[in-house]
Amino acid sequence: MDIDVKKVAMLSRIRLTDEEAAEFGPQLSNILGYVEQLAAVNTEGVAPTAHPHDAAMPLRANIVTNSNRRDELQTPAPKTESGLYVVPKVIE
Amino acid sequence: MPFSSLSDIQNRLNSGKTTAVEVATLYLERIAAFNDELNAFVHIDPAHVLAQAEASDKYRSEHEARPLEGLPIAVKDIFCTQDGPTQCCSNILKDFHAPYDAHVITKLKEAGAVLVGKTNMDEFAMGSSNETSAFGPCRNPWDTDCIPGGSSGGSAAAVAAALTPAALGTDTGGSIRQPAAVTGITGLKPTYGRVSRRGIIAFASSLDQAGPMARSVKDAAMITAAISGHDSADATSVADAPNIDWLAACEAQNMKGLRIGRPKEYFVDGMDAEVRASVEAALKKCEELGATIVDISLPNTEHAVAAYYVIAPSEASANLSRYDSVRFGHRCEEPDDLLDMYTRSRDEGFGSEVKRRILTGAFALSSGYYDAYYLKAQQVRTLVQQDFIQAFEQVDVIATPTSPIPAFKLGEKTDDPLTMYLSDIFTIAVNLAGLPGLSQPCGFANNLPVGLQWIGPAWREDAILSAAAAYEGATDWSMKAPAAFGGES
Repeated sequence: MDIDVKKVAMLSRIRLTDEEAAEFGPQLSNILGYVEQLAAVNTEGVAPTAHPHDAAMPLRANIVTNSNRRDELQTPAPKTESGLYVVPKVIE
Repeated sequence: MPFSSLSDIQNRLNSGKTTAVEVATLYLERIAAFNDELNAFVHIDPAHVLAQAEASDKYRSEHEARPLEGLPIAVKDIFCTQDGPTQCCSNILKDFHAPYDAHVITKLKEAGAVLVGKTNMDEFAMGSSNETSAFGPCRNPWDTDCIPGGSSGGSAAAVAAALTPAALGTDTGGSIRQPAAVTGITGLKPTYGRVSRRGIIAFASSLDQAGPMARSVKDAAMITAAISGHDSADATSVADAPNIDWLAACEAQNMKGLRIGRPKEYFVDGMDAEVRASVEAALKKCEELGATIVDISLPNTEHAVAAYYVIAPSEASANLSRYDSVRFGHRCEEPDDLLDMYTRSRDEGFGSEVKRRILTGAFALSSGYYDAYYLKAQQVRTLVQQDFIQAFEQVDVIATPTSPIPAFKLGEKTDDPLTMYLSDIFTIAVNLAGLPGLSQPCGFANNLPVGLQWIGPAWREDAILSAAAAYEGATDWSMKAPAAFGGES
């Protein structure tokens, strides 16, 4: 299978050099070629697994459970100002 | 002493023959002496380790000892800890300090354990050899030209060389059991939903599970008892999981009446002949101990690796989208705009294997391919699970080799990702089905350790612990340790 590696990389928001794209292309084709054996398995009427033990997604009461830890939670951020995350300008 | 089991150290602490500070000092000295050679630890703070040990000795003098009082336990770099960095062995998390402890870290602290440091791993747990780590490869104490397995390779090497008596790992497709096997130690992947995933950096959320790597079956049980239990902050943690008596399960002396399934799909051409012979000999031993070996078939085994390499990368590509260089993680210098910031930060921060898996997953989930790949793989997953359910109508536990081959040389498989993926063929189905699996030493191939894998029904860790404990008691494979690091091989 031929894969447009640059397109998939853009979907993944990863810049790839031409060199990396050339390396990954055949590797991904190889991996997906192996995976294609799944097409031969008869799965008619078989439900897909979501949780291995079929556990239902639990709900909790809609109440505040944690305190305000903004400063601690923002400590690892690359750039913040006045409690906000700073990114390059998005709107002109 | 260094190669003692956790429970032996516990006995010595309880009887006053040693102190937590003495124990911590011994292992810190061994880390100082041997870590350069093995690269098993990527972060260690001796002063902080000793402070915890002192606090434990003080606690013991004033209260009844807690279940893991004063016992050193290392943790894989994938567990968020407020103390020290948590980097998942990736440049994208370089110098990241977590603002909270993972649930299992809180549990270990509450149980009185002394946390020794962070162990090496494949970047984001993606690998089977520990060679994708941003901090360089870790080495196998039995032969330092060989890989220690992965992704929990640092935890495995640290326990095998007695730089710590026990460690935590995580297992998404075999990442506890395979490194345990190739370094000659015992590792347990609990049933999916048994141990909270909160604060464990996510790889593939429907497969990830944390568990112990240790020198004995009982040690693995002691640690799992301490870290398991429902956590309302992890939506996949199962609230009504059946309780088991972890320590009583390890007292088994024989296997009278035990029905052990031997799946023909796990004894195949192409596997190492000595690995096969060791596992066959182990099954013979089990028969001597009173077990009945039943030939069974798990027909969808051949599709498990393919399903896994759709499901795991798909979930990884979604999970790793959070590394956007906004709230945490590496940000590139002087981004032109938002898109440039995302794409360049992620290019610089992620290593090749992580990129490969994100791309594979993004492709499988992309418009027009979802049904053919992800949905199909999740259906095949159901078939894999049904195989096990049917098998467990005939047998109590299943025994297989953990890995088809012993540890291979560093660099031997790095050129071909698919060949590397196939080294997990005997461990992956257990994750797909969410079952408990344990690997324990059962011999040597080419002078390198071989692992015997036990698989149990969901929530029946007690069944595999009992079988493993009986086998361990009747053989001396778990006592072997690498001579180059002071053990008796």
